[in-house]
Amino acid sequence: MTVIVSQLFTGVSIGAVLLLIALGLSLTFGQMGVINMAHGEFIMAGAYTVYVLQKVITGAGWSLLIALPIAFAVAGAMGVLLEFLLIRRLYARPLDTLLVTWGVSLILQQAARDIFGAPNVQTKAPDALTGNVRITDDLVLSNNRLFILGLAGLAVVALTLVLRFTSLGRRIRAVVQNRDLAAVSGIPTGRVDRLTFFIGSGLAGVAGVALTLLGPIGPTMGTNVIIDAFLVVVAGGIGHLKGSVIVAFALGTLQSLIEYSTTVSVAKVLVFVAIVAFLQWRPQGLFTLRTRSMA
Amino acid sequence: MYSLRGRRFGALLIAATLALTACGSKTGENDSSSSGAVADTSGDTVKVGLLNSLSGTMAISEVTVRDSIKLAVEEINAAGGVLGKKLEPISEDGASDWPTFAEKAEKLIKEDRVAAVFGCWTSASRKAVKPVFEENKALLFYPVQYEGLEQSPYIFYTGATTNQQIVPGLDYLKSQGKTSVYLVGSDYVFPRTANKIIKAYAAANGMTILGEDYAPLGSTEFGTIVNKVKASKASAVFNTLNGDSNVAFFKEYKSAGLTAASMPVVSVSIAEEEVKSIGTQYLADQLTAWNYYQTTPGAANDKFVKAYKAKYGADKPTSDPMEAAYVSVYLWKAMVEKAGAFDVAKVKAASDGVTFEAPEGTVTIDGATQHIYKTARIGKVGGDGLITEVWNSGSPVKPDPYLKGYTWATGLS
Repeated sequence: MTVIVSQLFTGVSIGAVLLLIALGLSLTFGQMGVINMAHGEFIMAGAYTVYVLQKVITGAGWSLLIALPIAFAVAGAMGVLLEFLLIRRLYARPLDTLLVTWGVSLILQQAARDIFGAPNVQTKAPDALTGNVRITDDLVLSNNRLFILGLAGLAVVALTLVLRFTSLGRRIRAVVQNRDLAAVSGIPTGRVDRLTFFIGSGLAGVAGVALTLLGPIGPTMGTNVIIDAFLVVVAGGIGHLKGSVIVAFALGTLQSLIEYSTTVSVAKVLVFVAIVAFLQWRPQGLFTLRTRSMA
Repeated sequence: MYSLRGRRFGALLIAATLALTACGSKTGENDSSSSGAVADTSGDTVKVGLLNSLSGTMAISEVTVRDSIKLAVEEINAAGGVLGKKLEPISEDGASDWPTFAEKAEKLIKEDRVAAVFGCWTSASRKAVKPVFEENKALLFYPVQYEGLEQSPYIFYTGATTNQQIVPGLDYLKSQGKTSVYLVGSDYVFPRTANKIIKAYAAANGMTILGEDYAPLGSTEFGTIVNKVKASKASAVFNTLNGDSNVAFFKEYKSAGLTAASMPVVSVSIAEEEVKSIGTQYLADQLTAWNYYQTTPGAANDKFVKAYKAKYGADKPTSDPMEAAYVSVYLWKAMVEKAGAFDVAKVKAASDGVTFEAPEGTVTIDGATQHIYKTARIGKVGGDGLITEVWNSGSPVKPDPYLKGYTWATGLS
């Protein structure tokens, strides 16, 4: 019994990681209609932010907390720059956008290699997060995973509030649903695009901070997680927060439960098979955007 | 109309995924000019190849090996070179990718025409380059402990084989009464073969193996594996994870409330350098099995540690694979000098009995297996990040890559 509970916890925490890395992607995907292949590198930028901050601020706890807003700003700024310099010239050209963002991702990886060196680096986790909450002797919940779970929850709530209740959120939704109609209704789509990119990429930076608690930081860490993020976004439905949340936790739990009774590799394969089967049944993902557009 | 759009997204996604996977696995083109490439020893200098992962998941370990090979080459050059010729190191990046290793090995042998190559860490990379060296009749010095069951005529193995590291590690666990063991490893040839050997040992020595799990190389998600280890209530864990998966594994291990006191982990791929980057707070008092530690006493080691720190910085530790790599260059030099030539066949013929006063103590080449005699040492990770010896085998152990001297090992190879 405790095994199932602790596996569920592991699954939920894997789901939280998936959700964090996919959340920003889901937003920018909805807006530009194509996966941003450089999203993983924004995650990497967030992770390296922690690494750089720890060189300046030695207290691991403070540097992590301070890193959250800074990583958001750094990755967000990179996103805005990418949107402003390249992507905005390529709307309605999905294949080109895909290739361009992939190229940017390779450039950013090499840049990280040149700046920080090819070997992966590690950061110190604050003492408060290396411990655990003991429920019974067999069931302990690790603090860093609880922290990531909280962070993911916070990010979802904040993003939902912004999208649903602010005028910026309404504009973002309008542009996602029908860009041309939004434009003729007087919404400055260019500015909305940039803000969407700022928020979406900023969330990738926050995800990067969270990932430093679990593993090493390296130039290729983005590529390692980006496919998982794709799966969550595609299976969840384009531009749908609710879909991403459900799919992230479903995949996390599925992965950890299968892995417990089989092996890591088998679990990965079965999860992939499950997603392929699911997309056969619902190619548009869990939720569809209802629009009157002719696209 | 919508489904059409959806389908196009699907196609794009698949294209993207394919592109991502493809860039990780380029294979070298095969221009096999069948004859063995001959090393170019005509000039005043002789080229030697350094083949290590300078990027990717293995770089954490392999960069330090490259550094110590360079140190040995510099020392040898400062002392007059080999047979009066200075060594010119050519360094190539294997990029933690096995086909790249093969490609670079071929380049070193055929284009640079090096006299010998030093390097490789994972067995997967060694297996990838082995045919290249055999086909070209060139020499590889492999400096890392490995799973044994191999004896290529063109490879000299200066790291431990199983009976010099894993078997002593198991003997130590048994002597401590830790007889129920959980096996955790990376998913490639070394951990799988090592665990096969461990299971055969366990069956013959009254130990129980409670479980066996493999994570893909580079994996950083260990939540489930640690849960399984914990639920098994094993008395110890035998860890054959490689690269920085260890970082994620030990972070998770500590978070789950497991410690060296409650369930010690014996690792065979974590040396001083890895301890430093994983963080001593995660590894305190955990065990390692090796043949050398920075703390190993002796004048040769004092000199090695001092020279290494002088060149690369006082905060840089020295470790077993670094030492074995450093030693491999000196052993090659001694073999060449004994043979009086750089010619591979002559160097091989001269190998038996060549000795060197290594930092780990005197090492001797066993010409029959092309492995070396090494002293086995079990160590404990201290708070300062250094490893101190808690047990050693007393004298150098004869290499036995096929474990022919162990009855329980029959039928393994």
